[in-house]
Amino acid sequence: MAFDIGLVTLVLGVAAWTIGARETFAAVVGFVAYGLLLALVWVRLAAPDVAMTEAALSSGLTGGLLLGASTRLARTDGPAAIEKPSAIMRLAAAVLCTLVSAGLAALVLLMLEPAPTLAPRAMANIAATGLSNPVTAVLMAYRAIDTLLETVVLLLALVGVWSLARDRVWGGLPGPYHRADPHGLLTFTAQILVPIGILIGIYIFWVGSVAPGGEFQGATVLAAMWIIASMAGLVDAPPVTRRWLRLALIAGPALFFAIGLAGFAIAGGFLAYPESHAKLLILMIEVPVTLSIATTLALLVAGPPERAPAR
Amino acid sequence: MTEGTLYGLCSAVLVGLGLFGLIMHPEPLRKILAFNLVGGGVFLLFGVVARKGAAAGLGGDPVPQALVITGLVVAFAATALAVALLARLFQETGRATLQADE
Amino acid sequence: MPGSATAGGFLLVLAIVLPVAGAMLSLVLGGRYAERIALTVMPTGVVVAVAIGAIVWRTHNVLQYFVGKWDPPLGVAFRADGLSATMIVTAALLICGIGLFARAQFSLPRCVEERAPLVFWILLLTVWGALNAVFIGCDLFNLYVALELLTFAAVPLVSLDGRAETLTAALRYLLFALFGSILYLLGAVLLYGAYGTLDMVLLSGRIRAEPAAWAAISLMTSGLLAKAALYPLHLWLPPAHAGAPSPASAVLSGLVVKAPFFLVVRLWFDVMPRLPEHAVAQVLGGLGAAAIIFGSLVALRQVRLKLLIAYSTVAQIGYLFLMFPLAVKPEPGHPWSTAAWTGGVLQAISHAFAKAAMFMAAGLIAEALGHDRIAGLAGIGRALPITVFAFGLGGLSLMGLPPSGGFVAKAMLLTAAVAEGQWWWAVVVLTGGVLAGGYVFLVLARALADASEPLTLLSPISPSRQAVVVALALCAVLLGFIPLRPSELLHIGRPDIAIGGPR
Repeated sequence: MAFDIGLVTLVLGVAAWTIGARETFAAVVGFVAYGLLLALVWVRLAAPDVAMTEAALSSGLTGGLLLGASTRLARTDGPAAIEKPSAIMRLAAAVLCTLVSAGLAALVLLMLEPAPTLAPRAMANIAATGLSNPVTAVLMAYRAIDTLLETVVLLLALVGVWSLARDRVWGGLPGPYHRADPHGLLTFTAQILVPIGILIGIYIFWVGSVAPGGEFQGATVLAAMWIIASMAGLVDAPPVTRRWLRLALIAGPALFFAIGLAGFAIAGGFLAYPESHAKLLILMIEVPVTLSIATTLALLVAGPPERAPAR
Repeated sequence: MTEGTLYGLCSAVLVGLGLFGLIMHPEPLRKILAFNLVGGGVFLLFGVVARKGAAAGLGGDPVPQALVITGLVVAFAATALAVALLARLFQETGRATLQADE
Repeated sequence: MPGSATAGGFLLVLAIVLPVAGAMLSLVLGGRYAERIALTVMPTGVVVAVAIGAIVWRTHNVLQYFVGKWDPPLGVAFRADGLSATMIVTAALLICGIGLFARAQFSLPRCVEERAPLVFWILLLTVWGALNAVFIGCDLFNLYVALELLTFAAVPLVSLDGRAETLTAALRYLLFALFGSILYLLGAVLLYGAYGTLDMVLLSGRIRAEPAAWAAISLMTSGLLAKAALYPLHLWLPPAHAGAPSPASAVLSGLVVKAPFFLVVRLWFDVMPRLPEHAVAQVLGGLGAAAIIFGSLVALRQVRLKLLIAYSTVAQIGYLFLMFPLAVKPEPGHPWSTAAWTGGVLQAISHAFAKAAMFMAAGLIAEALGHDRIAGLAGIGRALPITVFAFGLGGLSLMGLPPSGGFVAKAMLLTAAVAEGQWWWAVVVLTGGVLAGGYVFLVLARALADASEPLTLLSPISPSRQAVVVALALCAVLLGFIPLRPSELLHIGRPDIAIGGPR
């Protein structure tokens, strides 16, 4: 309990720092720390799958994205470029937010304990899915439609990011060219870290059916490895018109849809699995989905095309 | 007070803090940061509900946990799109603000 | 859990899968094929939509589907009642019209892939799929994912031309939408924590009047209001809808902004009907009234045509929320509350057709003249008579003049207001109609005026595009021939509403 109180204090302190810091760069660093601390909180809340996702996604990918943005936009932290809100506005906002927090806190204290839960139902049906990780069962079986739509959401976010390219560089390479010293520390670290990271990512994905882990966590690690490799100049982003890149992006959702539609024939419903082959089908979905999500996440961090294709 | 309730109170404060940042900061990048903070708080509340729903030999209700994983991914995608818009805006105008030009 | 999946439920799945699959196929096959894929998916999608409507009408029952054959609360359900079916058909017809209209603007060259056309067709198809997902979703988290899909598909449409103003508008739109989503999610978690399910049907049975439910409905409604651009959270809409290319403006103002309203209706009347909500409903109505007055007044002052139409959207959205104080009554099924409910829904549908037609007409005018300044419209009435006629037809609906769907909708709201003794809403409706007349006639008067010198059009406007615009405007007019009483179709699946309204 004392540990939890300490953790909560740290989390709130870092959050306050993120909001209150004067420089955007400092705020982003605070946010990365916030993500890592939240991952610890998730472990304390007996949710290791979420902890992995939070650590990899929030501190890793989101942190990287925001750090890159804050350095690129740093030139606007100029003198009096933006008007600050008046003291009265700050007071009014502070009062409003305190009221919101207080209301939420009251609702938390009024929460039922034990809360109404779907855990028994989830466990009762899990044998039919062939999985033993209940969170994976929810993601890939009970609520597979949410996961399917979410892969489409990711893809659309990428299309949206790509749509921001200037017309003349459309079809080109995302992001600036990273020129790292081939004998430097970054390249060295990347050359060692990336292969290990890829293996870890694949393992995390693979083990998700029986232990904490799964496609999102594995995909995030794989995406992070690609980003490190690209920052070290070991690999470069492919032009966005490459057919194989687009196939890699939609392979996951496409196979998800296909197996879902096949469910009409073999199991009597969309996204239904016949009990004997449930685990195999789920695996057949998970492999391309992991690949697609990893590709999408990496490209989301890379950004819209900025360099014209070599034609 | 159970640990679930403690983290629930923590999430309430996080939501308030993030909301304050969202309203107060004029720079869009800080707003995006604040939005992620509020999101973290809301997801944490899901986790608290999951923890309070521990049953059937599990440490927590798996349904809210799965919803959080989905939500985290969607929130990342939103951040990526917002950052890309902001970066492009900066490229076009040299400023990263939302000041209306009317 | 009443019943299980009904026959024909697979059509609900198709309604989402078809457009989304089309979008992904377009991404892979690349620019040249995107337009063709879209033009193949559109008629198929219309067939699916009409089939859903036909089944709902014939069986007079709700179409239901459990995805993966898992029942709620563990699984996710799709559910199409009369209201859903009507919205699905409306969306299908509108998207088809917009697609046909947009062919000239976003056609793809033979050899090389261009950014804007490819992105436009992908986004249009995805908006369609997301809208259908919102209309048939029965699970609050599934609806959250659908709303996010809708936002991510709609925002890049705003910034498609890459100018600084549209980029700013798109970013502001995204921030408001994300703010709305997070409030919505906060409400959802409170509901799950109290009742253990996110399925709308199950929730309606379990919900009680307690703090968690109150907080949840307030938070979710506020979040959805931000997405629906109800005053005072409307700031993002005018620059976004005015800055987008005109087919995109049509889909944004016509359909995308109606989805959050649809969800508020679902929340209030299907999930939480037994909560006494009169005071909050009056607040919603008050905000709607403010939107009508403010939006119309600002529209009158606009210099650019597209901005005028966008502010008109802000105003017409206000009418949608007038329905709440009039339809929330102590005894559900009261004929006047049913009339108000029907009026609100009809307003959403007829505004969708009318506004889409008006934005597309404005787009044609801007293409022809090279600008959309209202002051410079003189002579366009002679050059593009069909287009201006379509604009006028759409304006009929906005003003609430017969024959038009807008007239029926506003008349229903008016009669409900007067009959229930809430006469102040009647004043608002009438004032709004007068103000709408003001800005519509402002435009028409300028357009029909004679130009000082003969007008040369910058580019020829094909008659087929003008025909599409008129067709959509005529849909808004045709809705005016619905009898002035609660529609049976809309009320299929709503057990607490007595069909026998005022006849």
